[in-house]
Amino acid sequence: MNAPITSLLGEAIVALLLLAGSFFMIVGSFGLLRLPTLMQRLHAPTKATTLGVGGILIASMLYFVFETGRLSVHELLITLFLFLTAPVTAYMLAKAHLHRARAERELPPTGRPVGWATFDPGEGSDRSDDGSRPGR
Amino acid sequence: MLARLLPHPLLTLLLTLVWILLVNGPSAGSLLMGLGLGIVLPLLTRSFWPDRPVVRAPLRVVEYGLVVLWDICVANVQVAYLVLFKRPEELRSRFLVVPLDTRIPEAIVTLAGTITMTPGTVSCDISADGRSLLVHALDAPDPEAVVATIKQRYERRLLEIFG
Repeated sequence: MNAPITSLLGEAIVALLLLAGSFFMIVGSFGLLRLPTLMQRLHAPTKATTLGVGGILIASMLYFVFETGRLSVHELLITLFLFLTAPVTAYMLAKAHLHRARAERELPPTGRPVGWATFDPGEGSDRSDDGSRPGR
Repeated sequence: MLARLLPHPLLTLLLTLVWILLVNGPSAGSLLMGLGLGIVLPLLTRSFWPDRPVVRAPLRVVEYGLVVLWDICVANVQVAYLVLFKRPEELRSRFLVVPLDTRIPEAIVTLAGTITMTPGTVSCDISADGRSLLVHALDAPDPEAVVATIKQRYERRLLEIFG
């Protein structure tokens, strides 16, 4: 067991991190409620929540270090998986939104001879059919 | 022979590590199970990864991670401020186009993911030839500055990492 003073300090740090994390979570949810357009609302869950989840995960790691003296690494994995999945989710939502609600002419031009991938059937792609990547 | 058995040595290493972390502690059993997964999964998914990404500067990966983490912290506060204190009508949300210098798929995916994870911007689409990204910014009074930051801070480093 830890000495009382360290556990008190530890508890304070954990509580602070939990509070900070919760604050960013609630701001993220509030943004979801408050922002008027879908594209703007898309920012809320991928955004303010990253620090929210981050704060809670760090709090959880510290808690187990203080409480059991052992380092728990599951939180790092949650971070890793979150960072892998959140952009994909946001991308799918954005793509669905582009398909449903926007015409390509509303988007800025690509600056390339071809259009955006969501609207372009793909003749412009320089990726060859066998899936090999274009030359570096 | 070794290249056929281990088409992606880095992926094998990563999967083994992730498995050991999942078990929450290294032991002979978890190492063996992790290695098994690390060898079988790349073989099963080989056709999705025709080429092997080259990481030229492994130390730069750490630097990149730290830069991104720091940016996430800073920008989270900015977005929280925008959400709480700005009226939605005042937000200058718009689409931006980021022209890409890199042609390496792994670098582009990492860049798109980074743009989404750093608050204030979401990457939405890529041009059909894979040479520009469509990015939505929550509040960008100066679109050129945002594009320049993305290129300067992230793409430059990714170019150094993936070559």
